[in-house]
Amino acid sequence: MKFGNALKTGAALAIALSLTTAPLAFAAQQKGDLQIFSWWTGVASSKALRGIIHVFNEQYPGIKVTNDAVAGGAGSNAKAILASRMEAGNPPGTFQVHAGGGSLLSWVQAGDMQPLNSLYQSQGWYKAFPKSLLNLLTINGKIYAVPVDMQRGNVTWYNPSVFKKYHLAVPATFQQFFADAAVLKRHGITPLALANHGNWEATLLFSDVLLGTVGPVKYDQLLTGKAPWSIPGVQAAANTFVRMMAYTNTDYSALHWQQADQLVAQGKAAMNVMGDWAQGYFTTALHLKPGVGFGWAATPGTRGVFGAVADVFGLPSKLTDKTPTLDFLKVLGSKRAQDVFNPLKGTFSPRLDSNAKLYDAYSREAMQSYKRDKLVLVIGQGAVNPGFTNSFNNAMEIFVTNHNVKQFVSALESAAQSNPLS
Amino acid sequence: MKGWTHASQGARMSVRRRFSWDQFSAVATLIPSLILLGVFVYGFIVWTGYVSLTNWNSFIPNFSFAGLQNYINVFGTFRFQSDLRNIVVFTALFIIGCLIVGMGLALLIDQRVRAEGLFRSIFIFPMAISFVVTGVIWSWILNPGTGVNLVLKAFGWKTLPSWFLSTTIVPNITLGQIQVGIPLALLAVLIAAVWQMSGFAMAVYLAGLRGISDDIKEAARIDGAGAVRMFWSIILPQLKSTTTTIVIILSAASLKVFGLIYAMTGPGQEFVTDMPSLNMFQTTFQGDQFAQGAAIAIVLLLLLAVFIIPYLISTLRQDSSS
Repeated sequence: MKFGNALKTGAALAIALSLTTAPLAFAAQQKGDLQIFSWWTGVASSKALRGIIHVFNEQYPGIKVTNDAVAGGAGSNAKAILASRMEAGNPPGTFQVHAGGGSLLSWVQAGDMQPLNSLYQSQGWYKAFPKSLLNLLTINGKIYAVPVDMQRGNVTWYNPSVFKKYHLAVPATFQQFFADAAVLKRHGITPLALANHGNWEATLLFSDVLLGTVGPVKYDQLLTGKAPWSIPGVQAAANTFVRMMAYTNTDYSALHWQQADQLVAQGKAAMNVMGDWAQGYFTTALHLKPGVGFGWAATPGTRGVFGAVADVFGLPSKLTDKTPTLDFLKVLGSKRAQDVFNPLKGTFSPRLDSNAKLYDAYSREAMQSYKRDKLVLVIGQGAVNPGFTNSFNNAMEIFVTNHNVKQFVSALESAAQSNPLS
Repeated sequence: MKGWTHASQGARMSVRRRFSWDQFSAVATLIPSLILLGVFVYGFIVWTGYVSLTNWNSFIPNFSFAGLQNYINVFGTFRFQSDLRNIVVFTALFIIGCLIVGMGLALLIDQRVRAEGLFRSIFIFPMAISFVVTGVIWSWILNPGTGVNLVLKAFGWKTLPSWFLSTTIVPNITLGQIQVGIPLALLAVLIAAVWQMSGFAMAVYLAGLRGISDDIKEAARIDGAGAVRMFWSIILPQLKSTTTTIVIILSAASLKVFGLIYAMTGPGQEFVTDMPSLNMFQTTFQGDQFAQGAAIAIVLLLLLAVFIIPYLISTLRQDSSS
């Protein structure tokens, strides 16, 4: 009896223990199935993702699709889980990543991605997307991902009635910004709403200030390691950033970006610098009319430049069965799927032949800028490698309160040294 | 069933034989968990230690030997120096807070109050809530613009506390790159943490209090000890081992704290509320600097060992002596 019991207990224990460890490991993709990994869990983005899966299932009814979306701001948690899956040689069928020299480049350098040149050739995509975008996906002549949406990172959102009330023009330069800010502050209005709960928000603001200070060419060189971070422009941008901080709300580290935009919508603040995902918040959550309840402009000094934040998907090289992923990428890059996906998500399609009628006033204008202007990447949104981005965020966490320009710039220099950008 | 026949023949079985069966079944019971623990706990500790000595600081695995370079880099950062200050301050104040509040509640409940079970449940209830939920709720309560400050304002307070947004450090002694002292922002986090865990201290203390023999208390009372004297000379010494248990368990919880900080404040401005666990997570999984993340993990493990190992040694000694 005793022995029998002991065995049973042992077996039960083993099962219990294996149960507790099992959920930690993600199930590997079954043959013929497709796992789509993303951080699209918000209302709009998950609806858009389901829309694209629907289009895919119409064309490929035999493939079972699993939606492996992981919640968490700007993909912070998703990226962690993806890294552990990739390291374990258990990649999902395809995964969301930002275009540029960030994670995408790191995956490519690690040999985890397969080039898609022949797919681009067969689908005619070399002509469907602008060269400026494809450049951001191409490494050594090989193209590694398919873009599905486009967002802009250098936008000032403002309250039109506030600007009207004080007879001010929306600032196009830093000089105008500070002139406006002084007037607004005198009238008890926060000139620049800032939310920095996640710390990437201040990084985004600085990225735009840097772009507006040094211009797109120098900015590109900084991000690709062709110019050192010790150039005077970086210091000038940091000085401007400190001056701007005097015109922000003081409780920024408690706020999420939506709350900053709410301050603008309520007229308590005049402006906020945020990516154009804020547009969906203004229209859907706050029910404001584009151009009436809220307005937009390029951030100071960046008119004629488009800060591109594009979600792209690639082909992991360690996949055993690549056909479902290639089939999905074909659909993902198609006009039909992108015209379903983007209006639902509040982004616009990066294809040159996309249907402008599907979008509202803001997106149509952004679309024109995207097709016409120079594209640059945005720090913290997939522009540079994760190690540099992390060090940059750490430096920003200190700089945003202590305003020590010298310390900040030297932290950036050493970040670029220990995480080479080229 | 073989086991059954053996047991029924127990009378004829030699003592020695039965003993070996016991041993066998004990080993058979332990083997699965030993294997799992060996691989998933101790195996990975060794692996983490190994990774921390390599140059693996990007997606591309690089196992070339780096010596202690990762540790030197990590200890040289403003962020990690802040982490060490924060974890020491947080752990000390967290344990003291939980012990005092827990003891107070246990003493109150031990007065044979009516509806004792109800109060016990109310006090211990926060423990059932996850740290993330606690963090979100307290970040609302202590939000300087919207939370409890509105109440204070209504009572006419002029200078309102900025709670977890404060970057003030008291007493503010410069050491290395950072200011050493108690970051005021951490006090806000401590309120939430003590709120959550003092119920646990109360439950353990209550069990301890109930374990003190009435004879001793009666004897003390006859000798003329008042309530205060009784507490310091009888009750507190009797609760020494209870206190040790609470300190060990709470220190382990405190050193590993992650969810509460992540949900409530994040690293905080100038890293006033950052913790090694948060730093490790971001370094490893957002910065992809695996070797540096492993170095932070090992330092965290050593910090835990400082608390746990003396406790293990003392319990093992007690076991072998009894």
